[in-house]
Amino acid sequence: MKKLLLIAGGALGIYLVIVLLIAVFPAIDLSGTPAGPGVKPLTALQAEGRTVFVANGCSYCHTQQVRPLDEDKVFGRPSAPGDFAWQTPELLGSERTGPDLANVGASKPSDVWQYIHLFDPRAVVPESIMPNFKFLFHVVDQVPLGETAVPIPAGFAPATGKVIPTRQAKALVAYLLSLKQTPIPGYVMKGSMGGVTSAAPMAKAEPASAAPAGAYQYVASKGESLFTANCSACHQATGMGIPGAFPPLKGNAAVDAADPTLHIRTVLQGAHGVIIGGVKYDSAMPPFAGQLSDADVADIVNYERSSWGNHARPVTPTEVAAVRAKGP
Amino acid sequence: MQAGAAAPRAIGRADDDHALTAVFTAYVTTATIWLVIATAVGLLLAFKFGAPDFWAAKYLTFGRLRPIHTNATFYGWASIGLVGVAYYIAARSCGTRLYSTRLAWLGLALFNLAAIAGTIALDLGYNDGDLEYREWPWPIRLVFLAALLITGWNLIGTVLRRSSEDIYLSNWYTIAGVLWTCVIATVGVLPWYQHGLGQVAISGFYMHNAVGMWFTPLALGTFYYAIPKILSRPIYSYALGVFAFWTNLLFYPLLGAHHFLFSPLPWWLQTTAIVFSVAMLVPVWGGSANYLLTMRGRYRDMIHSYPLMFIFVGVIGYLFGSTQGTVEAFRSMQAIWHFTNFTVGHSHLTMYGFVTFALWGGIYALLPLATGKTAGRIGLAAHFWMALVGSFIYVISLSIGGTVQGLDWVHGLPFIQSVVDMQPYYVWRGVGGMLMFGSHLVFAWNVWRMTSGQPGNAASPVLDASTTAEATA
Repeated sequence: MKKLLLIAGGALGIYLVIVLLIAVFPAIDLSGTPAGPGVKPLTALQAEGRTVFVANGCSYCHTQQVRPLDEDKVFGRPSAPGDFAWQTPELLGSERTGPDLANVGASKPSDVWQYIHLFDPRAVVPESIMPNFKFLFHVVDQVPLGETAVPIPAGFAPATGKVIPTRQAKALVAYLLSLKQTPIPGYVMKGSMGGVTSAAPMAKAEPASAAPAGAYQYVASKGESLFTANCSACHQATGMGIPGAFPPLKGNAAVDAADPTLHIRTVLQGAHGVIIGGVKYDSAMPPFAGQLSDADVADIVNYERSSWGNHARPVTPTEVAAVRAKGP
Repeated sequence: MQAGAAAPRAIGRADDDHALTAVFTAYVTTATIWLVIATAVGLLLAFKFGAPDFWAAKYLTFGRLRPIHTNATFYGWASIGLVGVAYYIAARSCGTRLYSTRLAWLGLALFNLAAIAGTIALDLGYNDGDLEYREWPWPIRLVFLAALLITGWNLIGTVLRRSSEDIYLSNWYTIAGVLWTCVIATVGVLPWYQHGLGQVAISGFYMHNAVGMWFTPLALGTFYYAIPKILSRPIYSYALGVFAFWTNLLFYPLLGAHHFLFSPLPWWLQTTAIVFSVAMLVPVWGGSANYLLTMRGRYRDMIHSYPLMFIFVGVIGYLFGSTQGTVEAFRSMQAIWHFTNFTVGHSHLTMYGFVTFALWGGIYALLPLATGKTAGRIGLAAHFWMALVGSFIYVISLSIGGTVQGLDWVHGLPFIQSVVDMQPYYVWRGVGGMLMFGSHLVFAWNVWRMTSGQPGNAASPVLDASTTAEATA
């Protein structure tokens, strides 16, 4: 009896102390983390969308945490403690079979894109291995009043009928679009790896407009890579866009114009409700000024101006800097 | 008078043996059913990486099946199987009957009830926040906790009945493992400190402690009983086993936050986790050395004993998997491997290469002793080699693929490139998975032979000294 009490009781007692110190007490402390500037609780519809997100296990392939590492910059700024004040359950995730979603509401702000992508991910990202979520949509012969049909590209649309989102799909998209990082002035992640290790290349990010003008040389492969990472989800690798949803870049007057100002400004500042080739596009294009340097923007613009039969003159980072300086 | 008392005692002992065998058999059988279900789902999931539109309907979508696979493996297969082995070891090593057969049956019913209800709930979309390994809705997790409490009560009661003064080391591990897991389950379910980032801290704690303070101690307890039993020789060092027990307790609980390196969790919490991930080398190497030194000089006997082969692989899986875990925990390594399929490879090296092989070894070594029936050598061989080769392919392909994935990100390629680059490794993972699943069907057949088949003529899993290398040397 005494021996068993010593072993079992001792093991249990020590464990309890450790658990309180390493898990429960820190958790009590962290549960009180105040919300960061501008971080708001979800609306009822967004919260409903989060339950759809959770029920279908989205976080098994998508993280919602941006690390203070160079490789994560593409997903946004490093996540801050205040970002998670309203996030219960926490959906930080553990795998990136698909991209991080911490800032997806800002990087993919178009609900139409989200609907098409959920209905059939391969309609907008041919190489995607995300399952389709067609069960979140109805196919109807006649679009009911107050509903809008999703413009599914030909080849991915059902043979007959129109695709409309269910309430669950609407809630899910409302949630996804709510995932926007709020700016934190002067935010520097305290725990950045700085100097701790050299395994990950920690090249200092060049300030937005520091690239010396003379040093720039357009490399097509870099332009294509940046285009793939930032633009092709909507405008497509073919430059054809998605009819009725996202405008083509091929033969696009702004892209193929001699004066690159509008083209550059659109990449930097985004666009909404523009008319291209007589068609009005309601989808919002996000601004890229915050995450792409002048040289990156020049690479993308030059790639677009020299692909798919476009033949406009190349631009330099200096020109991008000039448009950037003028602001929106 | 004395003779008169001895006869009923003998009959009583036969009844006790019978009851213990029935309990052990039932735990192993239901665990085996869960293994087959869970890994059939796993195989389907592996297939979906190459064919994402295959069976993409609501109740078959990847995100619902994935937690079904992990939870059914954890709480169906491994938990129920290890508890069954723990009961057998407790009764036999203490030279007594179970404290309560009825409680053992009740525990089994609750374990299975929780696993069935949890599986159905997840498929219907009732997922408790995608929080890994605690996705079952909390009332269902309370059922699991009740099963744990009953198990702990019953194991302690059994050990209290022991005939010797000493408590055999296996029981330290199994009893402590059950008690620790009661704490883990309770901490995981209480809501008051789990808001936002607070919940992240609990997730890190939970997901690693549920593995390392539950499956690890029960599997190690199985090693400590099965290896000496098979080889008919004592464990190399009892003191080293005790040392590994206490160091495991002191170091393991502290390393959970290494799942959230570079996250907004406090930096000190992450660093603590890394430090103790390194400290874990002490109990891991100490424990592994103890098992390997017990087998020293008898490695050739593995030719005679597939149970010993399974256990040997389990020990190597423990040594490699845990050491790999330490290496992975460094920030420099996490910068490449975190979020990649390397982690999936690691979790299979440990849950499969270590825990599952250990459990198989325990079942093959001990179940025939309880039932008097053995699985044939061909069945054992087919199971062993398919599982071993399958898991090699699985782990190696995902380790390479995960590294490629991580380097793609470090090199700043468009994200979709990492998806494209993973494709061949996903295919190889599926090939490995198919072999693993096939081996589970053979295992199910072997379990049937060990429980319901004819009393076997095959060799006993316990190596008789006269047939072994030691005797002939």
